Amino acid sequence: MTQFLGTVAVLVWKDLKLEFRSRDILVSVLVFGLLVALLFSFALKPSPGEGARLAPAILWVALAFSGTITVTRTFVREQEQGGLEGLLLTPASRDAIFLGKALTSFLFMLAVEAVLLPAFSALLAAPLLSAGIAVTAVLATLGFATLGTLFSAIAVQTRSREIMLPVLFFPIILPLLIGAVESSAHALSGGGFSRWLPLMGVFDALFLVLCPWAFGAIMEE
Amino acid sequence: MVAMVNKPSGVNPPAIQVRGLSKSFGDRLVLRDLDLEVSQGSFLALFGANGAGKTTLLRILSGQARADAGSVMVAGCSLPKHATTVRRRIGVVSHRGLLYDDLTCLENLVFYGRLFSLSDPVAQARQTLQRLALDSHASQRVRTLSHGQQKRLAIARAILHRPVLLLLDEPEAGLDRDSVNLLEGLLKDWTAQGGTVVMTTHDQARGAAWAHRAVVLADGHIHEQDAVQVERRS
Amino acid sequence: MSSDAVTARISPAKPLGQTTRWLGLLALVLTLADLYLIFLVAPADAVLGQVQRIFYIHVPMAVLSFLAFFLVFVGSLVFLMRRTPRWDRLAHAATEIGVVLVTLALLTGIIWARPVWGVWWTWEPRLTTTLILWLIYVACLMVRAYAPSRSRGAVYAAVVGIIGFADVPIVYYSVQWWRSIHPAPVVGPLAEAGALEPIMLAIFLFSLAAFLVVFLYLLLQRIAVRRLEDQAAGVRLASGGQASPGAP
Repeated sequence: MTQFLGTVAVLVWKDLKLEFRSRDILVSVLVFGLLVALLFSFALKPSPGEGARLAPAILWVALAFSGTITVTRTFVREQEQGGLEGLLLTPASRDAIFLGKALTSFLFMLAVEAVLLPAFSALLAAPLLSAGIAVTAVLATLGFATLGTLFSAIAVQTRSREIMLPVLFFPIILPLLIGAVESSAHALSGGGFSRWLPLMGVFDALFLVLCPWAFGAIMEE
Repeated sequence: MVAMVNKPSGVNPPAIQVRGLSKSFGDRLVLRDLDLEVSQGSFLALFGANGAGKTTLLRILSGQARADAGSVMVAGCSLPKHATTVRRRIGVVSHRGLLYDDLTCLENLVFYGRLFSLSDPVAQARQTLQRLALDSHASQRVRTLSHGQQKRLAIARAILHRPVLLLLDEPEAGLDRDSVNLLEGLLKDWTAQGGTVVMTTHDQARGAAWAHRAVVLADGHIHEQDAVQVERRS
Repeated sequence: MSSDAVTARISPAKPLGQTTRWLGLLALVLTLADLYLIFLVAPADAVLGQVQRIFYIHVPMAVLSFLAFFLVFVGSLVFLMRRTPRWDRLAHAATEIGVVLVTLALLTGIIWARPVWGVWWTWEPRLTTTLILWLIYVACLMVRAYAPSRSRGAVYAAVVGIIGFADVPIVYYSVQWWRSIHPAPVVGPLAEAGALEPIMLAIFLFSLAAFLVVFLYLLLQRIAVRRLEDQAAGVRLASGGQASPGAP
C-alpha cells in the first residue's frame, strides 16, 4: 500500500515539476476558460441582474471544456515524450499509473478553478466563492479527472482523437455536469449544500473503482 | 524450427523461450508460429527488413504487447501472466527515448529508479550516468542534450535497475563512433557478467561482430544466419 | 479477433444454423400477425385515439434496447476478463441492434409526442435519458471503428460498454431530478391495475413477444456475420495480409 501511494506520489511530483518548468497546460487552459466565459457573455448579453442566474451554466460549460483540454494535454504530453511506454515498462502497477495521471489532472483543474471562480464572480457579478460551490467543484472535478483520464487514454490511440474525447466523455459525464450546475445554482440562491452532492459523490466513487480497472484492460495490447 | 545453439547446461533456464508465437496487427499477420530460444549470457543479433516484425517481437518479449497465440517465457517467467516480475528483470531501449525533455538526466533516472523501487535511486542513477560517460551532464535538461547523448541516457535508463536481460531496438542508430564503442564495451561486459542481450540492427557487419549468434526475422519466422558463428573481433 | 483468425483457415465458415432459419420464419409470421392485431384488432384509445397504436411498437423497442445494452454489458465484461472473441461478437452485435432500436424508439416517440404533447421534443427524463443512451452507444461503435486495430477496437468498445451501462442509472436519476410529461408506465411492476384494457394488454404482450423473436433473430444473424467477418480477416492474414491495408 505504501509502495502504491509512493508510486502515485512519484508520478504526480514528476508532472508538477514538468508543469512548473514548462507551464504550458495551466496557462493555456486558464486563458481558454476565460475565453469561453467571454464568448458566453457576448452571446447571452446578460443584463445586470441576470449574471447570477446564468453564472452556474456559464461556469460549468467553461470548466467542462477546459477540463477536457486539461486531461488531453496531461495525457498527450506523456505520449509525446514516449513516457507512457516508459511507465508501462516499469513494474509500477497500472492502477497507480492511472491514479497518478488522474490526480495530476485533478490538481491542475483545481488550480485553474481557483483562478476562474473569483474571475467569474467578478465578471458575472455572482457570489461564486462559497462553501457549497467549493464542495461542488471538488466533487465535479474529481469525476471529470477520473473519467477524462480513462477516455483520453482511449482517445489518444484512435483516429480523429480530438473529436473522440468529447464524444465519449460528455454523454457519460452528463449527470455530473447537471449536478454541478444545479448544485451551484442552489448555493448561489443561498441554499448551501444541495441534495445533488451525494449523487455526485456516488458517481465519483463508482468511477474511481471502475476506471483504474478499465485502464489496466486498455493498456494490455 | 527451434534454435538450440548454446543450449544451457545445468539448471539455468533459457533467458528467452518462445514457442509457436503469432501476432497480427489489423489485417497483417506479423509473426506466425515463431520459435526462439536464447540462452543466458548470450548476445543475439536480430536482423530483418523494415516491417518484418522485429519491434513487434521485442514488444512482446518486454510484455508491452500480448501474443495472439503461443507461449512466451522471459527471464524464467511466463508472459503475460508474470509481466510485473518480468519488467523488473528486463531493460528496454526502444526507438523513442522514453525520457522527459524538461527533467535533467539525473531527475529522469531517479524518477525511473523510484518506479522500480530501488533502495538508493540517487546513488544508482549517478553510478549509471558515470557508466555511460554522462556524469558531467547530470544536471542538464534532456532537451539540451545532443541526439547521441539522449540515446546514451536512454540506455542508462534501461540498465538502471540492473536487469538480467537487455532488449535493444537499433540502439546504435544515430550514435557517433565514441558512443558506439562505449556501447560495445558495455554490452561485452554485460554478457561477460552473465547478462543476456537481444539487439535488433540494420548493420549486419556490426551485428555479426558484436553478437554470439545472429538470426533473421522474415515472413514471420526466425531464420538462423549460418554465416555468423561465435567469432568475436576484440 | 486475431487468435481465431489464425485458426480460421482450418475451420470452414459455418452456414447459418437451421434454428436461426426457423427463427427468421417465426419472426416474419409473428410480425405480420402483430401488425394485424395492432391496426385491425386493437380498439382505438378513448382519449388518445389512433395515435396510441404506436405504443405497441414504441414500448417493445424501448424495452428491448435495454435488453440489448444489458447484453453489451455482459459481453463486454466477460470479454475483458477472458479475451475470447465470442463475447466481443455478442457485445458488438448487441450494440448495433441496441442503437437501431433506440433510434427507432426515439423516432416513434417523437411522432407520438407531436399530436399528444403538442411538441416534437421535450426535455422529459425518460426521453432525455434515452437520447443520452443513444449518444453513449453511438460513441461505443465509433471508438471501435476508429481504433488502430480490430483487437484494440474490441477492448475500447468493451470499456465504453461497461462504463456506459454503469452510468445509465445515474443518468436516469439525475435527469429525473432535473426535470420531471411522459405518461406513467402502464405496464409492468409499476402499472396500476386496470390502467390498460385487457385486450390492449394482450396485444401489447403479443407485440413484445414478436419483437423479442425479431431481436433474437437479428442478434444471431449479426453474430454469425461478425464471425464470417473475422474469418475473412483471418484468410486475409493467412494469405499474406496484403488486402485492404486501411481496413479496421
